[in-house]
Amino acid sequence: MSDSAETNAAGKSPARFTIKVIGVGGAGGNAVEHMASAGLEGLAFAAINTDAQALSQLTVGKKMQLGEKTTRGLGAGGDPDVGRAAAEADAAALKKLCAGADIIFIVTGLGGGTGTGASPVLARTAKETGALVLGLATLPFEFEGARRHQQAQQGLEQLKGAADGVICLPNQKILKFVDERATVEETFRVANELLSHGVRGIARMLTRAGLINVDFADLCAVLRGRHAESACAVAEAAGPHRAREVVEKLTASPLLDAGQALAGAGALLVSIEGGPDMSMADVTHVMDHLNRQCDNVQIKFAAAVDASLAGRLSVTVIASRRHARVDAVAADKLETTFLTPAEAARPAARLVPPPPELTAERAGQLLQQHGGGGRTRPRAGKPQQAQLPLEIISKGRFDKSEPTLHQGEDLDYPTYSRRGMALN
Amino acid sequence: MFDSPSIIAGLEIGTSKVCAVVGEENESGALTIIGLGQAPSRGVRKGEIVDFELAAEDIRTAVAEAEQMADVEIRRVYLGVTGSHLRGLNNRGYHPVASVDREITADDVQDVMRNAKAVSLPPDHSVVHTVRQHFLVDGQGGIQNPVGMLGARVEVDVHVIHGVRNRLQNALRTVKGLQIEVEEVCFNGLASAMAVLNSEHKELGALVIDLGAGATEYVVHANGIVKHSGVIAVGGDHISNDLALGLKVSLGRAEQLKIEHGNAIHDDGVRGQTLTLNSPSGLIEKTINLEHLRRIMAARVEETFELIAQALEKEGFSDCLRAGVFLCGGGAHIPRIKELAGEIFDLPVSLATAGSLSGTTAALDQPEFCTGIGLVKFGSMQARGRTRGGRGFFNLRGALGSWLGRR
Repeated sequence: MSDSAETNAAGKSPARFTIKVIGVGGAGGNAVEHMASAGLEGLAFAAINTDAQALSQLTVGKKMQLGEKTTRGLGAGGDPDVGRAAAEADAAALKKLCAGADIIFIVTGLGGGTGTGASPVLARTAKETGALVLGLATLPFEFEGARRHQQAQQGLEQLKGAADGVICLPNQKILKFVDERATVEETFRVANELLSHGVRGIARMLTRAGLINVDFADLCAVLRGRHAESACAVAEAAGPHRAREVVEKLTASPLLDAGQALAGAGALLVSIEGGPDMSMADVTHVMDHLNRQCDNVQIKFAAAVDASLAGRLSVTVIASRRHARVDAVAADKLETTFLTPAEAARPAARLVPPPPELTAERAGQLLQQHGGGGRTRPRAGKPQQAQLPLEIISKGRFDKSEPTLHQGEDLDYPTYSRRGMALN
Repeated sequence: MFDSPSIIAGLEIGTSKVCAVVGEENESGALTIIGLGQAPSRGVRKGEIVDFELAAEDIRTAVAEAEQMADVEIRRVYLGVTGSHLRGLNNRGYHPVASVDREITADDVQDVMRNAKAVSLPPDHSVVHTVRQHFLVDGQGGIQNPVGMLGARVEVDVHVIHGVRNRLQNALRTVKGLQIEVEEVCFNGLASAMAVLNSEHKELGALVIDLGAGATEYVVHANGIVKHSGVIAVGGDHISNDLALGLKVSLGRAEQLKIEHGNAIHDDGVRGQTLTLNSPSGLIEKTINLEHLRRIMAARVEETFELIAQALEKEGFSDCLRAGVFLCGGGAHIPRIKELAGEIFDLPVSLATAGSLSGTTAALDQPEFCTGIGLVKFGSMQARGRTRGGRGFFNLRGALGSWLGRR
């Protein structure tokens, strides 16, 4: 990990880009702390929080306490409004923090107060400084309760509205990475590890001049206008069978739902990196498999050669779930396909109004983002009825066998349930 | 021509049954089926072995039964393979004729076949078959055997069937573990087609669909050659599984319901009808709706056919299948499946029987034995090719690559 960051620093790329990673809230701070200690050295780190105590435990380069007047350093108490107010009060300081960066990663844990409330504000502020903003958010564990989930979903939508792209990692999926006896500490370390893998993979993908290049616009094209949840997985393997191993790791990765995310993906960004010995067969093998897993999907592909990866192959995949209304206007993004109670949808509309001290130019931008201000209001008036799934679909005896994928459809699920035939 | 009546055995390790078929070839080359053994299969899912020990046990039972019936000892078999990993593709090989007088020799034919075989496969894949289609000499197509012709350039079209090496080896190793030698492996769909089609069908163009329990194989013949092949890892087991999930009954009960009340077409005739299931003690256990059963089953069978139809349409075969569709495998027993296939493919459909062989007729009439019988037929053709030799049949037995030359 560290050697690749070193080559990053020694290579030509960082001269062109300044990448800043800002952790927001408790989870974000811890993740950034982990990244800094893991040696992602080509990046600049910072952490912001309303909780002075949590902040004081971090050792990252730049720390900033939010809302000293409003919260007196005692945290946001799980209330996103408090977090937002605190961030808005310190908007000028945030702007200073973001200044000078070309790309800003906002790492945050959604569901709480500071992360959920302050991240969208930070994203807006960062955008105003002219940086490209990419959010990396974790969603709460299921046991944390419905309320935190609703908050997290609202925060995610707001963050999506403000940032150029958001990748999110539902914590629930992390449970599949650790065994039953794993300690809490281990579990969170894994979460941080995955976030840092994601940051490293994306940063490398964006900064490195590759054989086939991917730029930020490509990344945004994959992330934007899709379902709220994009999945990101990084796999690395060495040895003669590295291509096969990488594919196996990717298809087995819980982050991609063991390959299901690929099957259901609407857009895919694949970055393959290898040493000078990377063969065309390796690339073909990886791409063939990914192509086979997801047919009729827009795939952006990047390849780069890095001397430090000699004998190894590293593949970063970012998959956005297929969304029924991909081409719909941005305002449609406010609805999720999740089953959210009607109350959850309504406060979202109430939370959205822009902060009072809004410049005319910014207001114009915001309106544009929401596809013309006139449209959001009537939409909020008649919330869409959520649909309950008819029944839990299972694969029966084929649960444990290899899925029979055909054009992204798992044929092991009963035909009648896939076609939505009602039996009654 | 042959030393003595030779014994040829075919072994199919299917998802629902393991089937061993023994054939005898007499001096004139006529093939007679003299033995058939089968055992319910327990260690196979979707056409591939998932439990070595159970599979080995079932193979032993089936082979022993066939040995007893035919009164011979089976030492070597032709093994049928299938699985979702098998894929077919068409490729063209090219070879310049080097000799001074421009006469094409058998060596040139060997070289061009070798070139055609050099397909870029994924690294973990092996070639199962290279089926020769047609030769082209100086761009002139449709040539069956170019040896002796004059030309500067000879090309050959082949159909290559390939699959994941390790998964192919699984079946091979299981059989070898029983001290039975594997003469060659053969794709199940190709074997079925061989049993079902005569040369007239192949010339006119025919689609053979083998509806197995674990996987559905299909092979397209047209103009006398293999044009296309494929596997969909969906079969009778999926129907049972769908029924078990949809009707909320046990898998065993679903299997029984499928056999007793299944139908490939759902119509309004059964609306409102119910079936009462009794527990072994005679008490009424559950009432299920016959309409639901039919709808679940029809949806699955229809979808399987539609997937095949889509694949064929993509390759543009819809016009050249004048002999129609032939259905074999256990799934051919489903009532009214002919009708459904006719609707979807818009072609004449027939239930296939391995009619072009003599022998135990009761066995031959059953569509589920087509693959086993086809394997015997494949074996006899391979054996004939070997004794004749020098006609471009090569045999790389150790490397699992076997080349099937077709005439």
